[in-house]
Amino acid sequence: MLEMAQSLTEEEKYHRFMERIEAGERIEADDWMPDDYREALIRLISMHAVSEIMGALPEKEWVPKAPTLHRKLAIMAKVQDEMGHGQLLLRVAEDLMKPLGRNREDILKDLFSGKLKFHNVFHMKAPTWGDAGIIAWLVDGAAIITQSMSLNSSYGPYARALQRICAEEVFHAQHGESIILALTEGTEEQKKMIQTSLTEWWPALLMFFGPRSKENVGKSHVNKNIKYKIRTKTNEDLRQEFFNKYVPRIQSIGLKIPDETIHFNEEKGEWIYEQPDWDEFKKIVTGHGPMSKERLELRTTSYENTAWVRDALANRNVKEAY
Amino acid sequence: MVFNSKEELMENQKAYEATKSLLYQLADDDFLIAYRGSEWLGLAPHIEEDVAFSSINQDTMGHAVMYFQLLEELGEGKADDLSHLRNPREFRNAVILEMKNGSGTYLEKPDYDWAFAVVRNLFYDYAKTIRLQSLKESSYKPLAYMAQRILSEEYYHLMHWELWFKQLMDSTPEARQRMEAAIERVWDDFDGVLTLGPKKEDMESCQLIGGEKELKDQWLKRVQSIFEDVNYTIDRTPGMKNGNGRKGEHTEDLDQALSILSEVYRMDPVTNW
Repeated sequence: MLEMAQSLTEEEKYHRFMERIEAGERIEADDWMPDDYREALIRLISMHAVSEIMGALPEKEWVPKAPTLHRKLAIMAKVQDEMGHGQLLLRVAEDLMKPLGRNREDILKDLFSGKLKFHNVFHMKAPTWGDAGIIAWLVDGAAIITQSMSLNSSYGPYARALQRICAEEVFHAQHGESIILALTEGTEEQKKMIQTSLTEWWPALLMFFGPRSKENVGKSHVNKNIKYKIRTKTNEDLRQEFFNKYVPRIQSIGLKIPDETIHFNEEKGEWIYEQPDWDEFKKIVTGHGPMSKERLELRTTSYENTAWVRDALANRNVKEAY
Repeated sequence: MVFNSKEELMENQKAYEATKSLLYQLADDDFLIAYRGSEWLGLAPHIEEDVAFSSINQDTMGHAVMYFQLLEELGEGKADDLSHLRNPREFRNAVILEMKNGSGTYLEKPDYDWAFAVVRNLFYDYAKTIRLQSLKESSYKPLAYMAQRILSEEYYHLMHWELWFKQLMDSTPEARQRMEAAIERVWDDFDGVLTLGPKKEDMESCQLIGGEKELKDQWLKRVQSIFEDVNYTIDRTPGMKNGNGRKGEHTEDLDQALSILSEVYRMDPVTNW
């Protein structure tokens, strides 16, 4: 089989690859794949991985501050899951990068230098406990929607990682919803806290799915990713799904969406809403958001501070005892 | 002497008071070290460690919750109030467990020392394991059953820190030097963990836990054994340089930790969160 593949020309290999994609077959790490497929996967999966890792930073503030013992345990479990997702995805990305002679160190360096972007939502401030609730309920809710789309991704290792991730995200969203419900059913002050959080986070939640078309922000990889069945839906499809699922829920618990115009247009069969500021989006994801600098610095200096540890591990004399 | 339930325990005033005193130590020790551990979230030396360490902290916080719930059952008030509203002087954790690692700000320039984290956790987990093994035989049965459950998780924590300790003690000169500095620092205050406080005689005579000296000797034996493995010696006994937390003596680091831990709860301790 391997020999046969080697005797084929690049063009024949590509043709065979596309046949497999179109037949809905799963591509595995050691299979032949075109360079731009590999690159698209590396870009997508390493961004997803570092987003999970950077996502711990806005939430970590609320781990010790979570109001009750029960909430403390729940949020500790949640953020630990996110780190686990980061680890799982880093491994998938590392396998893809191996033939290119790159590794995890490169991913982190690209993150620190700003070359590798992370999700817009993790550049935002999270100044109150209400924000911890919004992150868990709606940011994770939005993540479930985008990740569920990729459960059928043509790349097998990514699809399998997402299966586990999505299952855990469902718990996170429930944990978030429970925080939100306690606040919306609570005192005036609690209600105010959660309404302020929703108002603050709304534009970032819309931006989470990315712009409707590349006219909004310049280049986009959506079309290629769809061709290769890495993803199956457009940004707008996903945002509409989010509205379908969450607008009625948000309204039913007495929260007000900070967009007077949002409504479902029966004729068009879609939600009409006020566009977020896409220039702002561009600024945020290129590292100029409200907390971009602080969070990257925190991650970078911590990485530098523990360089001696990684160095010691690489040079240790002890045999693995366990 | 056996107390099968809180009712039986509460009939014996001396045992009742000693049990509560012991439970505050157990709860506060775990509560504070879990907090100091959770400060590392997202910033551990590598991502695998982030996953492992946050799992350990989560377990440890879970243990604190179990002890706080026992205190609640014994009429001390709500577990959430006990953990979030007590005055710092009423805390009974050992001082070394409350101490900041680095600047104490976990959101900007934390400047953590991984060697300090490894040594503090390893020494603590030795003490905790020895304490739990003794508590398995406690005359207060609800506590004995709980100890058994906690021990099963503790096994993995100890293994984790032993591995880190050996690897870092036996590698680069820089790592060795940082680890030795951390050992000295932790050593100077570690007696605070090993002491059982003013009610230790009552705890022992009511068979709630073994004698302080016996437990301390066991701890020294475990620590000396791992020191031998990595060719290290120290020529003094552990101290209590920064105060005896079992008597309510604490540092400003505890005030700082508790104000963060209770910031949201204190906004309204009566409402549902």
